[in-house]
Amino acid sequence: MASKRANEELPVIARFEVRRRNYLAPDGSIERPLPAFATDAKLLVELYRSMVLLRLFDRKAVALQRTGRLGTYAISLGQEAVSVGIASAMREDDVLLPSYRDNGALLWRGVALEEILLFWGGDERGNQFSGPVHDFPFCVPVGSQAPHAAGVAYALKLRKEPRVAVCMFGDGATSKGDVYEAMNVAGVHKLPLVFVATNNQWAISVPLRLQTGSETLAQKAIGAGFSGEQVDGSDVVAMRAAAEEAIAAARDGKGPHFIEAVTYRLGDHTTSDDALRYRSAEEVQAHWKEEPIARLRSYLVGQKMWTKADEERLVAECHERIEAAVERYLKTPPRRAETMFDNLYADLPAAYAAQRRELAGEDDA
Amino acid sequence: MPEVTLVEAINRALGRAMVDDPDVVVLGEDVGVNGGVFRATVGLQERFGPERVLDTPLAELLISGLCVGMAAQGLKPVGEIQFMGFIYPCLDQLVNHASRMRNRTQGRLTCPMVLRTPHGAGIRAPEHHSESTEAMLAHIPGLRVVIPSSPERAYGLLLAAIRDPDPVVFLEPTRLYRAVKGEVEDNGEALPMDRAFVEREGRDVTLISWGAMLKETMAAADALADESIAAEVIDLATLKPYDENTVLRSVAKTGRCVIVHEAAHTGGFGAEIAAMIAERGLSSLLAPVTRVTGYDTIIPMARLEQRYMPSVERIVTAARKAHQYN
Repeated sequence: MASKRANEELPVIARFEVRRRNYLAPDGSIERPLPAFATDAKLLVELYRSMVLLRLFDRKAVALQRTGRLGTYAISLGQEAVSVGIASAMREDDVLLPSYRDNGALLWRGVALEEILLFWGGDERGNQFSGPVHDFPFCVPVGSQAPHAAGVAYALKLRKEPRVAVCMFGDGATSKGDVYEAMNVAGVHKLPLVFVATNNQWAISVPLRLQTGSETLAQKAIGAGFSGEQVDGSDVVAMRAAAEEAIAAARDGKGPHFIEAVTYRLGDHTTSDDALRYRSAEEVQAHWKEEPIARLRSYLVGQKMWTKADEERLVAECHERIEAAVERYLKTPPRRAETMFDNLYADLPAAYAAQRRELAGEDDA
Repeated sequence: MPEVTLVEAINRALGRAMVDDPDVVVLGEDVGVNGGVFRATVGLQERFGPERVLDTPLAELLISGLCVGMAAQGLKPVGEIQFMGFIYPCLDQLVNHASRMRNRTQGRLTCPMVLRTPHGAGIRAPEHHSESTEAMLAHIPGLRVVIPSSPERAYGLLLAAIRDPDPVVFLEPTRLYRAVKGEVEDNGEALPMDRAFVEREGRDVTLISWGAMLKETMAAADALADESIAAEVIDLATLKPYDENTVLRSVAKTGRCVIVHEAAHTGGFGAEIAAMIAERGLSSLLAPVTRVTGYDTIIPMARLEQRYMPSVERIVTAARKAHQYN
């Protein structure tokens, strides 16, 4: 590259760096001094419990789908630390804009298990959830919630409210203009907005190397004028720490931040997918060594914060909660057909009233 | 009362809405310091500040997406897309988010936003600046689509659109921006968005149109009057949801109907009206419903655009034919 050599005489006008954050090694040992919150055993146990609940819930949801009692479902297997870690650092009045694989964040924020089942079971009432009323529902079209997050953050800033928007999406979404347009405007206005890209290496069948030529996703933030970092997304301590710092800074008026959570999707994309069509069992097996739940458990057990009896009690509790939620879900009758017109507009225009009456089986003479 | 142009009426409505409601924000490309490429937002940034009158980056998808996020958070954003030819990146946001936010959350989140854009040809603008693809938008459930034809209607309907609790696409007839004037009292009174306006009464034939084409349609009614054909002219004004009853009442009276729109023929909104009349008003018809529209081709650039758009002559000919049919 002759031209590159010649250019070395030109002055450097900008330099950038991207750092990687991790605390717990895959075996649960400590890589570097833990953040302050890690002395709070109760919090670590709560993070652990939430990840276990999510994993067991996912397993049940897949069973329901396989037996025809739930629609297509996206499991979080292997990446539970991302959504749980991020949500754990948010305040209730912060605004979550999740993608469809962020169940862990919704559950942490108070959405009920049966509400998530209702959504994936094909009932809009699942989005009328008992989590924070201002939170967004799952975004299904990839990355298209990112501009909403910028709009939310702009509104928060305009009203001088000390609140933060948190927008979650996957590695595939970083290829979309939506995400870049949102990052760009967030940089312009220093919006209180944290972007979280769950880089689980696969966008259905397309690996990261076909998604981007960039060494990291985090560095995309630099082009938008703010900082980005890579985080070990299978280390819930790292996820929580990164989220805590980024959210506090955003709340403090310091602008947006981008977190690239590097993890691995151990399961299929959804229940409609067969990942063995595009990646080997050996590859998946290798990544099982990094998964977040065993990692945190090793640490907790090593620190005497968790015992075998605790584990047994937790699993039993989770099963009980899940079974009760499944029962409530299965017992929820479908809405009456004509209600598909309710909440279409604030008041249904007269022009559509006849169609509603037709669905209701009312005489339209 | 002083007369104002249509674009000035829009400016007044925006100013009024921003005074009345601190949640109203205006955003788009060049809407701030420059006051918009058509000057619809002129003076607003000086009055209300750069936070409420926001020059966005040059990204239409973003403008519509920002509106969704702001609206779900309780603001009342009014986004501007500079020309209708640039609205298409917003379709994903309109179809997948704005129009269904209320429905998919069962009322938990709503989307009270307005997306304004100039509509139609006739100003010798460059390529992609002359679109009239309102039928695409009127097909989207959950949305409202409005298009005024005069300064008074622009003022009243824009206020209604901004106050509405649901998303509205507000189409502005580009070639009427400065071509028509009218008395507009800045009284904060909105016009109803679910009603068509009978522009002129007549017993012989119903002419239905909207936006800038009202001008040619009214001229055609004048010409028909010279032939002793009394045309009733309806300004549909709101395309979604549209006022079927006013159309049916008129057709019941005249028995004959010509629909005029600038957009291409096939699948245009005229097809919807014709089908509705066939379903609900067939027994009053004395002649086939016909359409005078743009052609099924790409809207040509400046040299040929006038040949593309429905002329007064084409409307008169169609109305005469409908009148003579037996």
